[in-house]
Amino acid sequence: MLASNLPWLLLHSRNRQSPFPGLGHSGSGSTLLGYIGIDTIIEQMRKKTMKAGFDFNIMIVGHSGLGKSTLVNTLFKSQVSRWSSGWGGEHKIPKTVEIKAVSHVIEEGGVKMKLTVIDTPGFGDQINNENCWDPISKYINEQYEKFLKEEVNIARKKRIPDTRVHCCLYFISPTGHSLRQLDIEFMKHLSRVVNIIPVIAKSDTMTPDEKNEFKHRVRKELETHGIEYYPQNEFDDDMEDKNENDKIREAMPFAVVGSDKEFQVNGKRVLGRKTAWGVVEVENPNHCEFALLRDFLIRSHLQDLKEVTHNIHYETYRARRLNDNGGLHPISANNTQESNL
Amino acid sequence: GWEEHAFMFGFCLQQEKLLEGYVGFANLPNQVYRKSVKRGFEFTLMVVGESGLGKSTLINSLFLTDLYSPEYPGPSHRIKKTVQVEQSKVLVKEGGVQLLLTIVDTPGFGDAVDNSNCWQPVIDHIDSKFEDYLNSESRVNRRQMPDNRVHCCLYFIAPSGHGLKPLDIEFMKRLHEKVNIIPLIAKADTMTPEECQQFKKQIMREITEHKIQIYEFPETNDEEENKMVKKIKDRLPLAVVGSNTIIVVNEKRVRGRQYPWGVAEVENGEHCDFTILRNMLIRTHMQDLKDVTNNVHYENYRSRKLAAVTYNGVDNNKNKGPMTKSPLAQMEEERREHVTKMEKMEMEMEQVFEMKVKEKIQKLKDSELELQRRHEQMKKNLEAQHKELEEKRRQLEDEKHNWEAQQRVLEQQKLDASRYSTLSRRVKKIFTK
Repeated sequence: MLASNLPWLLLHSRNRQSPFPGLGHSGSGSTLLGYIGIDTIIEQMRKKTMKAGFDFNIMIVGHSGLGKSTLVNTLFKSQVSRWSSGWGGEHKIPKTVEIKAVSHVIEEGGVKMKLTVIDTPGFGDQINNENCWDPISKYINEQYEKFLKEEVNIARKKRIPDTRVHCCLYFISPTGHSLRQLDIEFMKHLSRVVNIIPVIAKSDTMTPDEKNEFKHRVRKELETHGIEYYPQNEFDDDMEDKNENDKIREAMPFAVVGSDKEFQVNGKRVLGRKTAWGVVEVENPNHCEFALLRDFLIRSHLQDLKEVTHNIHYETYRARRLNDNGGLHPISANNTQESNL
Repeated sequence: GWEEHAFMFGFCLQQEKLLEGYVGFANLPNQVYRKSVKRGFEFTLMVVGESGLGKSTLINSLFLTDLYSPEYPGPSHRIKKTVQVEQSKVLVKEGGVQLLLTIVDTPGFGDAVDNSNCWQPVIDHIDSKFEDYLNSESRVNRRQMPDNRVHCCLYFIAPSGHGLKPLDIEFMKRLHEKVNIIPLIAKADTMTPEECQQFKKQIMREITEHKIQIYEFPETNDEEENKMVKKIKDRLPLAVVGSNTIIVVNEKRVRGRQYPWGVAEVENGEHCDFTILRNMLIRTHMQDLKDVTNNVHYENYRSRKLAAVTYNGVDNNKNKGPMTKSPLAQMEEERREHVTKMEKMEMEMEQVFEMKVKEKIQKLKDSELELQRRHEQMKKNLEAQHKELEEKRRQLEDEKHNWEAQQRVLEQQKLDASRYSTLSRRVKKIFTK
């Protein structure tokens, strides 16, 4: 197990299970005869984590022109995506799907995060988009493979660099009708390999009624096709988690708008988009659900995303790999390709 | 030769002759107008674009009528496995003028995972309409010549903000020489004014780069009109928003889309280019679209088609002029065609007749067999019954015999009994004397 993950198991309020069953379920068990100081372990672990920092890898998928890069920049309040400059760049659509990963280290409140944004230009842009998800699936599996190799090594690093994709934001085009065939195919193939969070892009295209109808229809379609998006039903630990996650699942997919420009509205400076008939405020919950997405993604479920990726998706991959190879032994350099489809 | 003639004619034209009085042919446009109004107009409009771009809403907004409604849904609700091309006709009347409007839409365009050749059904449709027109034009009897050719194709571009997609480029490259293409930016309320400007510039750049010929607005002699045309050209491709819901804004009733941050008005020139599109399409350039279709696209098709035919045939004349056969020869050919058609029909009818006769004979045979069988069956039944009856009779006879035998025995017994009794009486008499 990775030492750096442990502190977060405790700090994160969602996980109720204590890894140290003997110590403090407060209120039950034996009464202590004086103050020992066991609860300072939380503080110690927090200090350790802050020093170590942590990484988060997010992949953004969707065909061109859906505002993916803008949204990621808005989420992390910095120019972290490929197109760091504003507009006007030459956005040439590549002939095949490429995978471009860009890493940044951002800091907030003493906590350092190495954020990697993995972009997939060319997805869904060709005339023939058959199997355009193959390069993406290959990339995800390659990261699992890398991690597995490190883990299985005889002399392994103290802290294995984690390049696995923790979260995949899938952008749905706001047609107002239903999911496209490509959306369904992609999510069907990849929801078992990585945490998929579907979002409705450029939602300022739709009036509130159209938005609600569209969301409802999309959710129904996802259900019909058996696509489990994050947070998945089956991984809820207890009732509290389930209630919280149920509320989130009902509100998904989030209809978002991204922007990195500020405007004056009622004397306040807000992030938004200025049109001839008004200003769309990105962080106004009446205008779009960006704030919900940000809170969900970063403020409450960031660690859970990593955990699910590590404990479930990665373990599934590992189990399959080891079963195929008939036992634990260092993987040779030839076995890098694994078809998850 | 004819050049001199033309020169003289042109020369004459430059010297306008002054009339000495009012002749009255200034009334000609009115006569044309009245005749056209009586005849009514036809216009065929094709809408192409992937699903969810607001095509149906825009058509409803343009013609202020619910062409697409919950009962007859738009193309995005009728997606099938392959691209279809479907027509719907509506008769619109306004101020005594009637317009037979045909809307051709293409549900399924660009919506599959693999969209290769999704433009082929569209091309086939346009060509087939051209072919129909060519055939009806070449007939001797031309009284009824409906014009179902596609006069204009509105191509909807998704408002990505980046540029044209490979599918857009492919489609337009293949269709710009067959139909008037007017590219539109759909759902223009997605973009801010600056983004819209950039997007339009990018699209026009790509259109020129790929040498796509979209519909060009004609230059006129009128200065005013030219200024307006130039204004339109600067705003190409037109960014449109459609809506049929009416919202009250500043105590005015306008058509628009209500957002939490404001109302996007459809007919406001600063919000989108819908008004320009409507004016251009319906109020000023409808006739020109039809003319360009007739004079350019149709003629292209026609010359290509006829050149192909004559190349394979006897006549190697590649002229784009009228048919080189005389009307009599044409009539002769049509008569021959007609005769062959009749003969074919006759033959077919004879075949059908023979087949029917055979069938009938077969049926009769079958029923005969059936009757035969039934006859046999009934005979068998009869015989069985007969036998049964015989059996019963025999039984009866036997019983009768038995009974008679029994009777005889009884009688014998009676006789015996009576003889015995008389004997016993006699004996008694003797012994009691």
